[in-house]
Order: sequence, then C-alpha cells, then structure tokens
Amino acid sequence: MSTKPTQPQIKITRSSTDDLLVLLSGNWRLGAETPLVDDIRGRVESEPGIKRITFDSDKLNHWDSSLLTFVIKVRDLCKLKKIRVNISGLPKGAQKLLALATAVPEKKDTRSEEVRESFLFRVGQDTIDFFRTAGEMLTFIGEASASLGRFLIGKAHFRRSDLTLTLQECGAQALPIVSLISLLVGLILAFIGAVQLKMFGAEIYVANLVAVSMVRVMGAVMTGIIMAGRTGAAFAAQLGTMETNEEIDALKTLGISPMDFLVLPRMLGLTLMMPFLCLYANLMGILGGLIVGMGMLNIGFMQYYNQTKGAVTLTDFGIGLFHGIVFGVLVALAGCLRGMQCGRSASAVGDAATSAVVTGIVSIILATAIITVMCNVLGI
Amino acid sequence: MDHREPHITVQDLTMAYGDFVLMRDLDFIVNRGDIFIIMGGSGCGKSTLLRAMVGLKSPAQGRVLYQETSFWDTSPRERSRIMRNTGILYQSGALWSSMTLAENVSLPLEEYTDLNPEQIREVVSLKLALVGLAGFEDFYPSEISGGMRKRAALARAMALDPEILFFDEPSAGLDPISAHRLDELILEIRDSLGATVVMVTHELASIFAIGNNSVFLDADTRTMTAVGDPKKLRDESSDPKVRAFLRRGEEG
Ligand SMILES: Nc1ncnc2c1ncn2[C@@H]1O[C@H](COP(=O)(O)OP(=O)(O)OP(=O)(O)O)[C@@H](O)[C@H]1O
Ligand SMILES: [Mg+2]
Repeated sequence: MSTKPTQPQIKITRSSTDDLLVLLSGNWRLGAETPLVDDIRGRVESEPGIKRITFDSDKLNHWDSSLLTFVIKVRDLCKLKKIRVNISGLPKGAQKLLALATAVPEKKDTRSEEVRESFLFRVGQDTIDFFRTAGEMLTFIGEASASLGRFLIGKAHFRRSDLTLTLQECGAQALPIVSLISLLVGLILAFIGAVQLKMFGAEIYVANLVAVSMVRVMGAVMTGIIMAGRTGAAFAAQLGTMETNEEIDALKTLGISPMDFLVLPRMLGLTLMMPFLCLYANLMGILGGLIVGMGMLNIGFMQYYNQTKGAVTLTDFGIGLFHGIVFGVLVALAGCLRGMQCGRSASAVGDAATSAVVTGIVSIILATAIITVMCNVLGI
Repeated sequence: MDHREPHITVQDLTMAYGDFVLMRDLDFIVNRGDIFIIMGGSGCGKSTLLRAMVGLKSPAQGRVLYQETSFWDTSPRERSRIMRNTGILYQSGALWSSMTLAENVSLPLEEYTDLNPEQIREVVSLKLALVGLAGFEDFYPSEISGGMRKRAALARAMALDPEILFFDEPSAGLDPISAHRLDELILEIRDSLGATVVMVTHELASIFAIGNNSVFLDADTRTMTAVGDPKKLRDESSDPKVRAFLRRGEEG
C-alpha cells in the first residue's frame, strides 16, 4: 500500500435527509493546509433540514492537533446552528482528547470582557490614570524622603554591601563610557565653535566656549543621561525582578521597609558618585576642546590652559556640581520608582527598565531648564 | 481537649483584583496549634487568600482577625508587630537573589534579635540543616535547584521561630522522601514550638497525614464550600466536588 503523504481533505455528502457526512482523508498534520470549516458552513446554510453531522475517518492516514481544532471549530459552528455532532466516527484517541478538552468548561467571567471603548471614555480614563501615576510618583518621593530622614537619624537599615556595590557600579565602572562621551562632546563643541569663531579671528575663545558650557551644564547633562541609561535602567531591572520574584513581598512581610533596604542605598550611592563623575566629565570635555584647539587651531597648550582658567569661575563649578547632584537624585528615583511599580512578568521588567530611562532623561532635561532659568533670574 | 482558642479568624472576606471578584464570603477560624490546609483547584485564589491573610493585599471586603485584633483596621505599628510574628514561605520561594542562603536566613535574625554574629551563624546552620541543606550556606539561590530553593525559603520562614507559619505549596517540587520529611518537620514545629500552621497544598498524602482542619475553595461558585477536618470531609462531605478533590477525582 502506498502511504505517500496526501493533503488533508474532506468530502461532504448528504447521507440522509437529516445527516451530513464528513469524510476525512489524507494526512492531517499541523502546518499542512487544512480544509476550511466554511465549506461545511456553506452546506449547512444552503441545505436546510440538517440535524446531525457525522464524521467518517476510515480514509484518514495520520492526525494530530490540526484535526482536533478542525472538529472543535465544526462543533462551535453546530452549536450556533443547533445541529448535533456525532464524533463516534473519529479515531478513538481523538475522541478521548476532545472529551478531555471539554471536561473543564471555559471560564467566561474570569476577566472583564474586552469592550470597545468610546473616545471620550478613553480620554477620561487616561486623565484619571495620569493623575493616579502623578500621585504614585509623589507618594514615592515622599517615602524616599522619609527614608532619607530615617537614615540621617541613624534608623534606616540596609546592607553595607548594597551601598558599596552601587558606589562601585556608579563610580569606577562608569568611568570608561563617561570619558568617551564627554571627550567627544568636548571635541564636537570645539569643532562647531571653531568654525564660527574663525570668521572673527577669535579662535582662542573656543577655550571659553568649551570650558563654560562643559562645566556649567553639558558635563552634568551628559553624565546624567549616561547614568540614566546605565544605572537607572539597571536599578529598575533589579528591583523589578525582585518584585516579580516576590522578594519585595518577603521583605515587607518581615517588616523591613523596601524603601530603606533597597531604594536608599541605591539613591545614596548614585547621588554620592554623580558630582565626582561630573567633575571628571568636565575635565574630559575640556581635554576634548584642547585637542581641537591644539590640533586644528594651532593654539599653544599654555595659552589654552590660561584662557580656560580665566573663563571658568568657581560659581560655574558649583552650578555644574549642583546639576550633577540633582540629576543623581532624579535618575535614582526614576529607576527605583519604575522598578517598584513593576508588574509580575518578564516583559514587565523590560518595560520598567525602558520607562526608567525615559523618565530619567525627561526629568534631567526638565530640571536643566528649571535650573538654568533660576540661575538667570538670580544672576549667577 | 476543647481548650482551643481562635488564632486567626477570617470574617466575611471578599477578595478581588479590580472588578474581578475571586472569592467571596469566606468565613473560617484557624485555632492555635492547628495545621490548617487551604485546598482548591489551581488558580482558584489560594495564594491570593494567603496574601490577604498575611497583609500583602487588602481585601475588598471583610476582616482578618489575629486573636482579637483586626489586621486591616489596626495601626501600622500593631500590624508590623503581627507580621513579625509570622513566617511565610512563598509559592515561588522568593529568596533574596543577591544574598547567599546563610544571609537570607540570617537577615530576620539580625533584624529582630540581639544575637551576636557567632550565635546567628549557629542558628542559621541549624535551620538549614533542619531542611536538609547543611553545607549550602554560601550558595546563592541561583546556584541551587528549585526544590532546594523551596526548602531554603522554608528555613528562612522558620528563622525567628514565629507563632504562625504560612506555607504556599511547600512540597511542590520535592521528591516523595523529602516531602515526607517536610511533613514530619512541620508536625514537629507545631508540637514543640506550638506554632500555628496555615498551608496551601495539593499533596493529598500530607493533607491527611498532618492537616487537622481545612477549607475548600470552589472556583465555580467563587466561595468556600467546605470547612473541617480533611479526613472527615473525604468520608462524609455532602459536596461531591470536595469528595472528588480529596479522592483524586476517583468516585467512591
Ligand atoms: N496581580 C494580579 N492581577 C490580576 N489577577 C491576578 C493577579 N494575581 C493573580 N490573579 C488571578 O487570580 C487568580 C488566582 O490566583 P492565585 O495565585 O491566588 O491562584 P492559586 O489558587 O494560588 O493557584 P495555584 O494553585 O495554581 O497556585 C488567577 O486566576 C489569576 O489569574
Ligand atoms: Mg498559588
């Protein structure tokens, strides 16, 4: 006998006035093109008086789940049309599996139905959500401040090793990328400045341009953005995974505040290291400017050095460091907030990390704008 | 022997996620020294009930009383005092993944006792040995098997010798011999330390071996359909679903 693979096929015949006979043949394998239930639907709809559908599987070679899904679809169709289905013609195994599949009735009320919502409804919902998330954010900031307060009076408990680990991650391990980015930003600023300043023969002011912009804001902003992508996302992923694993619940039920135990060391670590990283980024940026100055504009080293020294004041440094500290707090808060809000799944952890970076960067830019305006008003 | 005093009372409890009501009208009493079993089909809300009892999820309605104190109505300070007297084994283990097993077990001790490091180390070794994990002190949770993680989490739950122990499927993932040893351990903790144990489990053998009180949650009617000694329920319950559950679906 030839058992060459044949396509799954059905042949529909009207065996008596009441019955429709479905002849199954061929190899029913997942992935093969299975016959459409629509054929049966067409027959049922065009020929009134059908009371029962029977299957015949004598010509069936091989079957798997594709046959079962087909039969289930036929059954659903028949339920709608109030037709009985007789599956006794199917292979024994298929009958048993079908019986098992229907042993536990489908739960209808497990979830509120997905209903199509009107535009106004969605706008309203989103507005409510917005205020809710804003509220959550404020609560989190409040709790973090309270936790900081407890730390200052020596009542917050966390593991030293968590703090040192954060210090290490936000410090030494961040240096390479901070060096690279700030050096390049310094270079870029110098290049753009040089092209413009050359027109006035004022190339030497490239030094001022680079130094002031790096020290006052750019160093801090670049470091902040790097840390948002690097450390903020890591915080969110760490805390999110802990939330998913019920580890945070385990802390809570032990009466240990996750704020003190997890958020505080991360916030302290990042906030402590940010000013140092900013200083370092400033230096690297100025170095970038120096490279352009010496290499392209033929400014001498001492000349560039003196010009830079004259350009930057201590106030500029202060403002830069202030930026850095603020960004440290913001990035750490964003990372920890998103981590703690994380849902209970792997994709939720990914979302938390993404959201931490976005929140971090947006808040950095907002804070920069606010601080710049404030400095302007105060005249510093 | 009826000097039994209620330890945890669940009154008229309804649990819901948003609009989705999971279980309603739960009413039962866990007596001091009970080994109380929470039974029910998969996904019917047993873990959620535990979360409501230990204070991780506020119920939509109803109260949970610890002796006389209503958990969700009392002050946060009182609440954390109650929580401190409970040990919880989570369904997923929930060991702190950045700490070794020894550190996991010792954190509660460091937090709430005045033991010196040497004494803590001894207690930790004892607890780990009790669950058959002697010598695994310096392993991280990711370096041990799922069943071992369960047992380590059990050691952590017992660290402070709490008055009440909540176990979510302690024997899932354990071989029959370890599961049997676990039953003995739970009995022993109850007898020698006088602890009350509330336990979610599907393991019929251990339900009958150690459980002396139970509640059955039914997913279809969304409420409890039976309460009492599991052995009695198996033989005498009028509810066919409860009998079927306790006989692995075999009629008889
Ligand atoms: N965070 C959540 N948000 C919404 N629904 C949830 C959430 N957690 C659980 N559920 C739903 O609640 C129901 C009960 O979950 P629960 O974990 O309590 O079940 P269970 O009885 O412990 O099951 P199992 O024996 O399989 O552990 C499930 O149907 C689940 O879909
Ligand atoms: Mg569960």
